[in-house]
Amino acid sequence: MMSFITPSLVNSAVQAMTPILLATLAGVLCGRVGVFNMAMEGQLLVGAFAAVVGSYFLGSAVGGVAAAIVATVVFSLILAYGATVFRGDSVVICIGMNLLASGLTAFLLRQIFGVSGTFDDPRIVGLEKIRIAAINAVPWIGWIFSRQTAITWASWFLVAIITIVMFRTPVGLRLRGVGEDPDAAETMGVDVMRYRIVTVLIAGALTGLGGAQLSLGGVDVFSEDMSGGRGWIAVVAVMLGRNHPLWASLACVLFGASDSLSVRLQGEGLPNQLTDIVPYVVTLAALAISRRRRQKKAVTETITAHA
Amino acid sequence: MNASSVHRLPRIPAVPLAILTGALLGALLIFISGHNPASAYWAILVGALAPGNLPDMLNWAVPLVGMTLVAALPLRGGMVNLGGDGQLVIGGLVAALVPLYLPAPGPVAAAAAILAAMLASGLYASLAAWGETRFGVPMLISSLLLSYPAVGIASYIVGFPLRDTTTGLAETVMIPRSARLPMIVEPLNIGLILMAIAAALVVFADRRTVGGYELRMRGLNAHFAAYGGVALDSQTMRIMFISGAIAGLVGAIIVLGSQYRFQDGALVTPSYTWSGLMAALLASGEPVGAIGAGVFFAILQTGGFAMERDTAIPRVLTMVLQAIIILFLAIRHGAGRRAS
Repeated sequence: MMSFITPSLVNSAVQAMTPILLATLAGVLCGRVGVFNMAMEGQLLVGAFAAVVGSYFLGSAVGGVAAAIVATVVFSLILAYGATVFRGDSVVICIGMNLLASGLTAFLLRQIFGVSGTFDDPRIVGLEKIRIAAINAVPWIGWIFSRQTAITWASWFLVAIITIVMFRTPVGLRLRGVGEDPDAAETMGVDVMRYRIVTVLIAGALTGLGGAQLSLGGVDVFSEDMSGGRGWIAVVAVMLGRNHPLWASLACVLFGASDSLSVRLQGEGLPNQLTDIVPYVVTLAALAISRRRRQKKAVTETITAHA
Repeated sequence: MNASSVHRLPRIPAVPLAILTGALLGALLIFISGHNPASAYWAILVGALAPGNLPDMLNWAVPLVGMTLVAALPLRGGMVNLGGDGQLVIGGLVAALVPLYLPAPGPVAAAAAILAAMLASGLYASLAAWGETRFGVPMLISSLLLSYPAVGIASYIVGFPLRDTTTGLAETVMIPRSARLPMIVEPLNIGLILMAIAAALVVFADRRTVGGYELRMRGLNAHFAAYGGVALDSQTMRIMFISGAIAGLVGAIIVLGSQYRFQDGALVTPSYTWSGLMAALLASGEPVGAIGAGVFFAILQTGGFAMERDTAIPRVLTMVLQAIIILFLAIRHGAGRRAS
């Protein structure tokens, strides 16, 4: 077993997991205020594209991250207002957003940079890897946290921050109240609509960070549809974690582990077409097992209520 | 998904208004990128509807309308099938393999291939339904997640065990000439007729049969349908089987009528599945409207090829237009509901 898990494998799994973790936190936040968000796939893509645009034109990775956050928050306005003020169906809105993100980034890629497929340029400044010698020496912790970007570090702090805010502060209490019983929250003087809009926009910022990690956190390129199902995995992680940030993060770790398993199996000589499906099969199995014990009716009702 | 809200989506003025908004925003996008919107839209129209281009447009419309029906059928009952890609790929692969290994005269092999493809895809789609009825995994997610293994395994099969080693690509050996679908006008084949029959059957079932009535009733109010005696679980399995079978038919028509082999990625790349889903959403699952929307998107997309050729505006623009139309409808519909 120990030979199976190598430091570099753990390290790359953590790096690859970061966008999914951030998208999952975004999904948890939205789910908590009663807005079903499954547009993370598109939000990550918008973030990844804007990060490359920002990094290319501003000449700095920080500029790229800022551009990613701004662009994704603007993009998230569609869900924030569409699902609240305009009372649109969030499932339809999210499907539309995902396709808009895919089409718009491909269109702008051609119009701004004149390329299709993948945009690779030395002027794209990638995120720096943080190296702390003291931590690198520690087994496990060192494996996980050595040579990671600031966004990866931030994502794990954000898990803690969101958990604390959600369950230990008045704001978090109102936030949960808005999702659990909007009428009661309204009666208590909470502006339900405003809570929802702001939360969806904050979630947008998180996915923007995730998108920046996706394009600037290692490969330093943008390719069309590079979110590649990560946003959907995040949707599943939110479901597995039942809108709890800690459980949902744990689901992300499960995904990260199965992802490294697939990388590892590929190393053993299995073709990547087969190893690539491991994470999806694992998440699907986990979802089936976790849901099995619950009363089916309850599940259907939650979905209907959120949709 | 809140079924009743989806059902009420198309108000008569809403759809044209949404299309107009999409066209205006698209024009703005074209203008900003330094082109003339009018000539771009003209290129789309001529490229799709000029008499010489009609067969190409219809050949593109057949799979798109097919995938529209795949999405529309469950949507009619308030269910969402996001797994069209996987079902399409399974159908295409099965249809490509049956004529190679079945020792039968061409037309028989073709018919067997179509039926086998429909059966395989139908069963795969019911797997997603089973995930919901047995395990309580929302079908929205189970259908989508099941797509990835299907695409991956098909890609492996044509990449390794059943690969045509004489070509450099991951694809199967070409099917015999006798098992291919006959042409009407190049490149349009009798797949058009098969799809027209399938569409007519769906419309008929929707309007004239008990099953269609029960499905619409479920779309309006699932609780009421259950109270009225509709067995929701078996209905879910049944509808998903039919939805998947149509996806299998689409895969078979593309393979037997146009490509004559299963090529890795060739069924997924044109995103028929997602365009079809958008077309179905445009009409909120009502079959006739959905078919119309599917043809409309096919015109947009085939016209997009001509636009790219004539004006150098990338044809992904048509994808943006489709998404804007859907988003406008989804949001505006909500605004209307609030007022009422």
